[in-house]
Amino acid sequence: MDLLIDRFNYFAYVVLMMIGLHAIISKRNLIKKLIGMSIFQTAIILFFVSIGVKEGSTIPISEHHAEPAAEHGAQAGHHGEHGSAGHTNNPDHFANPLPHVLMLTAIVVGVATLGLGLAITQKIYRQYGSIEEDEILEKLRSTDV
Amino acid sequence: MFDHTLMLTILPCFFAALAVTACGLWKPRWSLPVALLSVGISLFGSLAVLAEVMTQGRVQYFLGNWSEPRGIGIEFNVDPISSLMLVLICVVSLLSLIYASGKITEELPGKEPLFYALFLLLMGGLLGICMTADAFNLYVMLEITSLTSYALVAMGNGRRAAFSAYNYVIMGTIGASFYLLGVGYLYIRTGSLNMADIFRIIQLESLQGSPTITVAFIMILIGMLVKMAFFPLSGWLPNAYTHAPSVTGNFVAPLMTKVSVYVMVRMIITVFGIEFTFDHLPWGQTVVWLAILAIVAGSIMALGQSDLKRMLCCLIIAEVGYMVGGAWLANIHGMTGAVFHIFSDAAMTLCLFLAAGIFHHKNGTGEIGSLEGHFRKMPITMAAFTLGAFSMIGVPPTCGFFSKFYLIRGGLESGQYGYVVALLLSSLVNAILFFRIFETAYFGNLSEGHHDAHGNDDHEVEIDEAPPTMLAPLVATAAGLVAIGLFNSEIAGFIQRSLTPLAVGGTW
Amino acid sequence: MKYLSLIIVIVTGILLLHASQDFPDWGDAHSPANSNQISQHFITQTGEQTAVPNFVTAVLADYRGFDTLFETIVVFIAGIAIMAVLGLVRMDSLVNAPDSPRDPTDRDIIVIQTCRVITPVIQLFALYVVAHGHHSPGGGFQGGVIFGASLILMAISRDLSAALKRISARRAFILAMVGILIYAGIGMLCIFMGGNFLDYSVLHPLLPATDSVMARSHGMLGVEIGVAFTVSTIMFAIYALLSSGGRLKGGL
Repeated sequence: MDLLIDRFNYFAYVVLMMIGLHAIISKRNLIKKLIGMSIFQTAIILFFVSIGVKEGSTIPISEHHAEPAAEHGAQAGHHGEHGSAGHTNNPDHFANPLPHVLMLTAIVVGVATLGLGLAITQKIYRQYGSIEEDEILEKLRSTDV
Repeated sequence: MFDHTLMLTILPCFFAALAVTACGLWKPRWSLPVALLSVGISLFGSLAVLAEVMTQGRVQYFLGNWSEPRGIGIEFNVDPISSLMLVLICVVSLLSLIYASGKITEELPGKEPLFYALFLLLMGGLLGICMTADAFNLYVMLEITSLTSYALVAMGNGRRAAFSAYNYVIMGTIGASFYLLGVGYLYIRTGSLNMADIFRIIQLESLQGSPTITVAFIMILIGMLVKMAFFPLSGWLPNAYTHAPSVTGNFVAPLMTKVSVYVMVRMIITVFGIEFTFDHLPWGQTVVWLAILAIVAGSIMALGQSDLKRMLCCLIIAEVGYMVGGAWLANIHGMTGAVFHIFSDAAMTLCLFLAAGIFHHKNGTGEIGSLEGHFRKMPITMAAFTLGAFSMIGVPPTCGFFSKFYLIRGGLESGQYGYVVALLLSSLVNAILFFRIFETAYFGNLSEGHHDAHGNDDHEVEIDEAPPTMLAPLVATAAGLVAIGLFNSEIAGFIQRSLTPLAVGGTW
Repeated sequence: MKYLSLIIVIVTGILLLHASQDFPDWGDAHSPANSNQISQHFITQTGEQTAVPNFVTAVLADYRGFDTLFETIVVFIAGIAIMAVLGLVRMDSLVNAPDSPRDPTDRDIIVIQTCRVITPVIQLFALYVVAHGHHSPGGGFQGGVIFGASLILMAISRDLSAALKRISARRAFILAMVGILIYAGIGMLCIFMGGNFLDYSVLHPLLPATDSVMARSHGMLGVEIGVAFTVSTIMFAIYALLSSGGRLKGGL
């Protein structure tokens, strides 16, 4: 039970992934499959981003000039180090920037795949007049015979 | 002064893709010369890289010049196997492009510049996969290749192109997403994305027992198995490659699955290490049994096909079984055989697909029954097809014989007799399949049916060969099959240079 | 089929969660990923090495700039792939946007006038997001998407032909290519100046009053602008192609 509470974010995202995967495999409608694919990819993105969270840290942008009494949406009252340019940032105060970068790429890739999937679905609709997999397979079987 | 041969190999593809799209907007006639020029430059670059690897052992390149600490930036690292892959990709691209130049106006009218642009981008993505030493960069390159190949398959005007492409999109995205998830698990536990760095951290902190690393390996493996069409995850392949336009099929079929096999091999030997994969994980034997199943299933499916291209697709599924089984035999001969088979299978697939495309071009159908009398009608094409068929069966001196030789040797060495039996069985099935085709092509009467007055069927048959743009790549590939076979020991030795340091526990 | 998929999904889910016993806790600042020298380097050294406060932009456009180049290429691929799969218009005849405006009585005057007022604000904000990627959350992708959204807003509020009159599909593709050319061109410029591909620090002789560290910051701005070009135009092109079914007229 402790495991579940300490790591509930991973559990939540794996459940989301499995919902997406189930939609891809079991749904018969082409658009629903694409939606499932999108859910799956989004869940992976959320999973990655949750890796880089640090409790009590702020966004990965360093303050580079003194901001007296300015709180920038930080949690638990911490905010980023401010001061002169020679000051080194404390890594514990900033979220890990690497997962964010990776996921910017993954989001773009997901959008591109979704766009292409939708274009192919439109082409299928143009050719067969239906976006239900069973109906299309019926039509194919009847023309092949 | 830095050494930019790697950039010379990969960058022309992307610049040329932009140039070709620009040509498409103004002067579509220029798109083909630009594409050919770019493939030529990349081929030159890849040969330069090969020469460098032969002398120096590896080529390293840090993008943005970020080298310390390792893993900060993206690193390109080419070792002997990768350099051979680069040359393979460039050569196959050049040959398919020459073929495509003749056929494209017939198959994809009005869309030539888009085809060439997607072609070049696909080639660039494949080159990037083979060069990169960063796990996430590999994912981006994998997605570039996937997206372009989905579009290339879906572009076709055939009735089933779009539907087959849809299934391909779904399966391909699942595969790539599983790979990404695997990289995510690796990142959670090691904190690094650089392949060599991950290996170092796994060794350093003795993470071999960690379930995260094991699950990461499984996810990456499953992702790549989907992408390489390993039975039973191969449902997408026969439809996608058969219904794609032939100009696409010739390029995608020899390369996509083989590059996925390369990624699997790269993950095994560089990221996770041979020790972890074969000694630590308890299910190496299971994978070999699955590979045997793949070989048998692919061969059986091929027996039932009447369409030539579909039959070849089922044979690809069997060939993937060879490679996966060979890699998981857990000895150096098996791995060498698997990597050598990447090259020979790419050459065989290209040869047979080019021939199938020519037959379709001439006969209008892909049915095997339509090949009657072709030995007289198209002697050169049939000769090249015969060489490809002999290579599939495993007749010396073609390369297919030697790759089977290495694989069988590896199988005997590790005691996997089931695998050896499956290989021999598959050769037998290939022999049956191809001799059936030879019989139709040699002894069948031409459908026009000239018989002179004496009922004598040794009549003058007009030779109706394929146009030179289609024939030249086919002949070159057939010659390549024999050449790879004759040079097999040099190539295998070169491959082993990449494997031996790792077998004794060295790192990249 | 439903049962098969449930089995597959449950097995996969259990496999994925089996590894969670090994995971770091949620929010652990000393997890392997967070305490790795690479992440530490990004947080502590970015200011010195690149003079950019936003670590994410610095990593995106400089340390891992090569990935971002390919990300931009993926966006471009999406555009031409949808054109290839769906397009019913030849590429070299994209010049004249086929005209088929919506019936004027079908238009909603409130929507049109509101969008007319909002669109320049959106575009200005998009340019702000691109330019301030170094100091606040933002950058090429984010600004590009916002700009593309403003173009799509124009197409939704009136009709597709009104938007295509302002930025035709041909111009969209040309600008997309210009974006990638800017990015890859800066990289090639770095090679010509003697560095590795995308090594912006060697560009400092070309820019007035910069040293090699500031040159990285300026190089990043340049590539972000390239990315914004590509993303904004391709987003609009994808919308135009998908909503009109490849015909580039009619539409929603």
